[in-house]
Amino acid sequence: MKVTQISIFIENKSGRLAEVSRVLGEKGVNIRALSLADTSDFGILRLIVDNTDLAKATLKECGFTVSKTEVVAVEVPDRPGGLASILDILDKASVNVEYMYAFVERSAGNAVIIFRFDNVDDAIRILQEKGMTILPGERIYGI
Amino acid sequence: MIWNDDFETLPREAIESLQLRRLQQTLERVYATVPFYRKRFEKAGVKPNQVKSLADLRRLPFTLKQDMRDNYPYGLFAVPLDQIVRIHASSGTTGNPTVVGYTRRDLDNWTEMMARSFAAAGAHRGDVIHNAYGYGLFTGGLGAHYGAEKIGASVIPMSGGNTKKQLMIMQDFGSTVLTCTPSYCLYLAEVAAEEGIDIHSLKLEIGILGAEPWSEKMRDEIQEKVGIKAIDIYGLSEILGPGVGIECIEAQAGLHIWEDHFIPEIIDPETEAVLPLGEQGELVITTITKEGIPMIRYRTRDITRIIAEPCVCGRTHRRLERMSGRSDDMLIIRGVNVFPSQIESVLMNIDGVEPHYLLIVDREENLDTLEVQVEVNERTFSDEIKVLQQMSRTIQEAIKEMLGISCRVRLVEPKTITRSEGKARRVIDNRPK
Repeated sequence: MKVTQISIFIENKSGRLAEVSRVLGEKGVNIRALSLADTSDFGILRLIVDNTDLAKATLKECGFTVSKTEVVAVEVPDRPGGLASILDILDKASVNVEYMYAFVERSAGNAVIIFRFDNVDDAIRILQEKGMTILPGERIYGI
Repeated sequence: MIWNDDFETLPREAIESLQLRRLQQTLERVYATVPFYRKRFEKAGVKPNQVKSLADLRRLPFTLKQDMRDNYPYGLFAVPLDQIVRIHASSGTTGNPTVVGYTRRDLDNWTEMMARSFAAAGAHRGDVIHNAYGYGLFTGGLGAHYGAEKIGASVIPMSGGNTKKQLMIMQDFGSTVLTCTPSYCLYLAEVAAEEGIDIHSLKLEIGILGAEPWSEKMRDEIQEKVGIKAIDIYGLSEILGPGVGIECIEAQAGLHIWEDHFIPEIIDPETEAVLPLGEQGELVITTITKEGIPMIRYRTRDITRIIAEPCVCGRTHRRLERMSGRSDDMLIIRGVNVFPSQIESVLMNIDGVEPHYLLIVDREENLDTLEVQVEVNERTFSDEIKVLQQMSRTIQEAIKEMLGISCRVRLVEPKTITRSEGKARRVIDNRPK
């Protein structure tokens, strides 16, 4: 039930983000979801793509530092308080969220939250016990 | 293996009496033939025949790189040009180049010292020596070349640059010994990895690395990444070229300086006083066999100390501790003396951090600032901002602890700090002069 995300180190200077998207585009890699965390000097670009291995190899060849991380994709109930209900479950179970970002699933029109947890397996088990919908990697890569 | 048993294992008293005799001869000769030295000695009120012991050496004036520039090109030569058979020069990026001339006997001595050095590093007949020091006006290439031939090894005169071809030749020709700068050695390993060449599968066994200061941590990294014994060699063109001193493979701890040809002293670079044996300071060398351009108390600007304890290899010539920096590379930041090598050793002590760094010194509102750029690699990268920020802080704190100055650490993308094919450029000083 895990999703593989790739993270790329990007210096805070013009054209780096464009360079990443250009080389991925040239290899036919499609970006499904992304988030950019930044500081004054550098940023970390996190991507979920349709072909993780090809994307990683391509970026490495172009001199980027790339790593793979396991994240969890949770479907958010489409109602006010939907996100709060997920966070509440995590909070009660003392599951720490390292970071999260959201995107909208094209087919169902639902919001999907990507979570990065310290302990992925525990988090998945807890969320499933509470009836949350966890989307498998294939669903996300192929959205 | 000891190349020249007779000289390399001379008892201390014999070395010192030989040094005194050769020193006295050298002083008489330069006083008679080099007007520069005659004037300097007269100004200092000392005549060659007043030097009656090695301790009297400190009565003589120092010779500086600037003196060589002022006497450009041949002013310090002690023989007529028709006895000079080779001329080398330094690059001279900040003024006139410094020019050195060698007589036939100087070249023989140099070749002998390089042969001793190769033997001390564990090289011998049957080795394929891949010489990636630059050939040309720079002394590195030719200096190493003749020594390598002397011991009967097969020399590949590669010179510097063209890294992919270097790797191809290493693979195809079966190079066993590599001579180059330590930073270029690491660069070769990096390019090999990029090219998909397993550098450990090469026949390389020994690297004889020098021409720039490097740290013990960098040695560990080279030995692990390249799979060789990394041996530190010391030299400078003003004194000889490569082969002034070398580590023995047995100890890899301190560089034996060939004391039948040179007299080393350690001085305080500020007060110019000779320091007690074993203390760290600037290395000063007097040549006692050179004919073409003898050097009296030449200030090398290299920071080291003399190790007088006997060495396991059996050589009796004293050792110089690995050069820890240069007194003229020294940066003064907010009044604190900083050697780039100190920052290098801080970085190398942090797990996963690469020895590729760049120091940018600037001045903001009359206050010196130091930025340390460090490359992020796969081992240090994390997808969590806080982990990277923690690494920056760790580096910052370690530098603060060692040097007492605050700096800004900037993490940069891999391979964005320029790799040099010769001496690495570690500092950009943007402060107004």
